[in-house]
Amino acid sequence: MVPTSYHLILSGILFTIGVTGVLLRRNIIIIFMSIELMLNAVNLSFVALARHFGNMDGQIIVFFVMSVAAAEVAVGLAIILLVFRGRETVNVDELNLMRW
Amino acid sequence: MIDFLITFSLTVLMILMVLNLGGLLLWVERKGSAVLQDRIGANRAAVLGKLPFNLGIVNTLVADPIKLFTKEDFVPPGADKLLHTLAPAIGLVPLLITFIVIPFGDVLIIGGREITLQAANLNIGILYVLAMVSLSVYGVVLGGWASNNRWALLGGIRGSAQMISYEIPLGLALIGVVLAFGSLDLQEITRAQGALIGGWIPAWGIVYQPVAFLIFLAAGIAESKRIPFDLPEAESELISGYFTEYSGAKQAMFMLGDFVEAIIVAGLITTLFFGGWQVPFLLRDGFHFPWGGTLALPSLLVTLLQVGSFTLKVLFFCWLQIMIRWTLPRFRYDQLISLGWKILLPLALANVMLTALIILLFE
Amino acid sequence: MDFVTFFALAIPLVVVAVMVIAHPSPVYSALFLVMTLFLLAVYFLFLNAHMVAALQIIVYAGAIMVLFLFVIMLLNLQSDTLRTQRHGLGRVAIIGGVILLAELGLLLQGSSSELAESSLPENFGTVEALGSQLFTKYLLPFEITGILLLVAVVGAVVLAKR
Repeated sequence: MVPTSYHLILSGILFTIGVTGVLLRRNIIIIFMSIELMLNAVNLSFVALARHFGNMDGQIIVFFVMSVAAAEVAVGLAIILLVFRGRETVNVDELNLMRW
Repeated sequence: MIDFLITFSLTVLMILMVLNLGGLLLWVERKGSAVLQDRIGANRAAVLGKLPFNLGIVNTLVADPIKLFTKEDFVPPGADKLLHTLAPAIGLVPLLITFIVIPFGDVLIIGGREITLQAANLNIGILYVLAMVSLSVYGVVLGGWASNNRWALLGGIRGSAQMISYEIPLGLALIGVVLAFGSLDLQEITRAQGALIGGWIPAWGIVYQPVAFLIFLAAGIAESKRIPFDLPEAESELISGYFTEYSGAKQAMFMLGDFVEAIIVAGLITTLFFGGWQVPFLLRDGFHFPWGGTLALPSLLVTLLQVGSFTLKVLFFCWLQIMIRWTLPRFRYDQLISLGWKILLPLALANVMLTALIILLFE
Repeated sequence: MDFVTFFALAIPLVVVAVMVIAHPSPVYSALFLVMTLFLLAVYFLFLNAHMVAALQIIVYAGAIMVLFLFVIMLLNLQSDTLRTQRHGLGRVAIIGGVILLAELGLLLQGSSSELAESSLPENFGTVEALGSQLFTKYLLPFEITGILLLVAVVGAVVLAKR
């Protein structure tokens, strides 16, 4: 049997990949996808810990994370579409209208 | 080991049955449309000389596939070669493996061993079907995008929006059935439909959930992208939509995918609303008629009757879908979307609430 | 989950996750993310989370990622150049990386195995168990999530109608 820490390490690695994506890529859609990756990494550790303790609460949190992610994507992609319509770019470095 | 072999052979059997049925539907489609339009239809490649009435079986089942598979496999310039090749397979595979949860008979007793005639018994049952159907969207989307053709792209975009929209009423219609039978396992749902209401009427899903049946039929036809919902491949607007740039075997896979989706819809309608493999008044040991009198049958014959009943019902609903296709005109895109979101979705929600309320009141 | 299954799933998972952020074409990125989500769903199955695995595919792979692809196609995005222009992140990256490695090492130290399959509560992770928890103990969060989704739908429609 795999120790639970292995699942957590995998989750940590996936989360790091997500963070790296947010920091390195400039395409706003890829950044958004990296955020989804991070959410999934967290889901993985919730499910692993639910299995570890034999307690369903972890899986229920995953359910809530998914619904929040769905809401976030719906609004986020609508915003991206709107921004693209106005500025014809998805590069976050060029979206600097709000910069002081 | 022997359990594994049984599961494996059931899976292979199911998939082969579906593939053959897909081929057969091509014939039904071509000859059926010809009958409806007062044409002769497929009548070439007659092997047995000129019969007075040529059914065109050789034409559609042998000559057509040979023609398709020997055609040039064309990839348009500027297309994404990898995804262009993968897209038909991505569309077809999830659909084929959907069938492993659909039961096509009760139990087969061979040498004292009871074999449930359902390839995989998953405790998430219906959710698995929904998951696989939702994965098949990628074939449409990728086929449209990878072709580097604006008509194909429009078809892909239309297809993805349509399939996501209609998945919601589809799922909600299923929830009504799940509420009525209290299980997600399709085999258990089918067994529950063997009961009799008042000793006479078989307790099929349609008796409990007539509204859910209509919603499911409409949403199912929309999911399989057939007329009147064939906007993604509307040939008078988009050439042939997301598979405009496909030829040869890959196009055959897309076409087969459409038929397989029709079979999935027919199989699910049969299982959920029309008693699956149930034959009215047939129990495991033979017929028990409500007017008294029984007719004992050997267990093998009962199993055969059940499988036959399932097959007949599936064939009927496949035929019904094809007839609908050749009878109705196509919707406009805005009509399609508003039908999904403004009519089917509220109707399905109301159905779920009403079902839940009735169950609460009577239990 | 035994070691063979773990590595058979974990190694492809990390590879496709890296491809999500490393591939220049947004469409391929999205597809690699779909593969990541699919592999995670399989992973959840091995962790006795059947319902979560099904939801993962229906919600994430079947709806959210199709939405992503839809937007990418609508905007007709081409491949990016993978140029990075962030200054002053090097030091932060080193500190963060060291902390992360230390954490992962610590995790390996105190490793305890998960519960045996037999000592799990009955119908752990099935639809029935999850559903009954959701509609009793977690009813309020559930309702609030419903409101949140409604707000999101209204927000998306309002934004798109501009």
